[in-house]
Amino acid sequence: MNVVEARGLRKSFGKTVALDGVDMRVEEGRILGLIGPNGAGKSTALHAILGLIPYQGELKVLGRDPWSERDQLMRDVCFIADVAVLPRWLRVSQALDFVAGVHPRFVREKAEAFLARTTIKRASKVRELSKGMVTQLHLALVMAIDAKLLVLDEPTLGLDLLYRKQFYDSLLNEYFDSTRTIVVTTHQVEEVQHVLTDVMFINRGRIVLDCSMEACEARFHEVMVHPEQVSAARALKPMNERQLFGRSVLLFDAVDRQQLAPLGEVRTPSIADLFVALMGEASNTNNVAPKGAAL
Amino acid sequence: MNTPSPQLIVAGAMPATRPLFWSVRRELWENRSLYIAPLSVAALALFGFLLALIKRPKDEGLAPINPSFQPTALAMPYSHAAMLLVLTAFIVVIFYCLDALYGERRDRSILFWKSLPVSDLTTVLAKAGVPLAILPLTVFAITVAVQLTMLLLSVAALLMRGGGVATLWSHLPLFQLQAVLLYSLAVITLWYAPIYGWLLLISAWARRTTFLWAVLPPLAISLVELIAFHTAHFGLLLKERFIGFAPKAFALRMPDGSFIDPHFIPITQITPGRFLGSPGLWIGLVFAAACLAAAVRLRQYREPI
Repeated sequence: MNVVEARGLRKSFGKTVALDGVDMRVEEGRILGLIGPNGAGKSTALHAILGLIPYQGELKVLGRDPWSERDQLMRDVCFIADVAVLPRWLRVSQALDFVAGVHPRFVREKAEAFLARTTIKRASKVRELSKGMVTQLHLALVMAIDAKLLVLDEPTLGLDLLYRKQFYDSLLNEYFDSTRTIVVTTHQVEEVQHVLTDVMFINRGRIVLDCSMEACEARFHEVMVHPEQVSAARALKPMNERQLFGRSVLLFDAVDRQQLAPLGEVRTPSIADLFVALMGEASNTNNVAPKGAAL
Repeated sequence: MNTPSPQLIVAGAMPATRPLFWSVRRELWENRSLYIAPLSVAALALFGFLLALIKRPKDEGLAPINPSFQPTALAMPYSHAAMLLVLTAFIVVIFYCLDALYGERRDRSILFWKSLPVSDLTTVLAKAGVPLAILPLTVFAITVAVQLTMLLLSVAALLMRGGGVATLWSHLPLFQLQAVLLYSLAVITLWYAPIYGWLLLISAWARRTTFLWAVLPPLAISLVELIAFHTAHFGLLLKERFIGFAPKAFALRMPDGSFIDPHFIPITQITPGRFLGSPGLWIGLVFAAACLAAAVRLRQYREPI
């Protein structure tokens, strides 16, 4: 069964179109990275999946309509948005009590065990915790819930490197398995790219790229071209060209690896490079400067 | 790692009222002023009463000056404490209602609450339960505790001065006072339900300055009506909503024709039948239910501010 299935998903705020006919499908056991510049519609897409906003088009999450069945759906779906979301007056013990009280799939012992490895005190209020600790607390709550889908919206925003690494390590080693599905948006693409099984680029409410990591590797190649081969390489219509240490690096979409090998050193582009190439292309064709920093 | 079977059994067994129970507890965690304010006022009232006891001249005992007047005179400090507590609760509840569905949007925590399997209906009902049940009952319990403490203090003071305990005991209509208080709290709560519903609706709707949105539109309507039609129907309607419960819930004239003294309303003067039969009560309750239904809908649509 598809965990998330959207067809022609549309959402506009006033005159701003946040989602412009998005189709997406997330299968069970995948980790999908939803990547796009600020204001591209990432959070809007996640909020629609979580039943937080009304939308047009078709959307089913775990077979349910998220808008009309949010409370039922949330038995099987967990959500971590950026760190500001846990209420500041809440005590750690109260957070555990409340979730244990309302969530049928919450195993308190798991959360306690996770918290025991941190320096978070039970009597502390959220406002007394550092940003990193708030995320740890939220993660402890979420990892103790036996959910089918975990939605992460910039979960590590504003955290230092150690916390960020710990966050994804915990998720992968202790939480993720083949029955769970994760959808994550983040700006820190480099840190998640080894975690993802699928990647989706979104820009101005439209899906620009949607493929599995394996498919990406097979499809895109980056070539650091020998200086004498540059014009030959350009003839193959690269989607992007940049300079690195005085040499040209060309990015190709769907050009055979065998064909590229004589031109220079061929490698798989990082998600970040791919993103810059695709998004740069998108904004050039539309002749509009990208909103905010891309990555 | 996944052993869903035991939890699935729990899932099936979880009663529907549990999310409501925990949602109410959450309100009490978040809004500690709901009980701290009445408790502070209770402590102040007791302190004042203690001062009065100490200051009272020795010779002024409880000798009957006017036997028919005595219950009211004796009941005075007890009902003052009760009135003070009811007033405090009303003020606290106004601010509570205005913040209830607004605060969680302002601090974005609504995203956390909505990520849990608790429906908007449950959340709004829990929040409405505070003015409609939790606070009236809290105030009643605190008032009873305060009045009993005052009684104990009086008895102790009288014993130290030698005398009067029997008079106090036989003439102070404490249990009658408390029964009428419970009745009055129920009356006021039901009569004010549309006010609470309106405030909760505004707190679910407004993007800022909830207090102004709650207060200015009714004032503006009254003013426009006054200027345009030289009438004050809407203003009278508001006035009726604030004080109109009294003549319906109580027989305001004593059998001897005099007006009742609000410090001591004999239990014989309550008229629950007339109150329950008044259309104003039911129209108000329908309005309150409509406001709450709209608030549930708004909570589904509204996003963090």
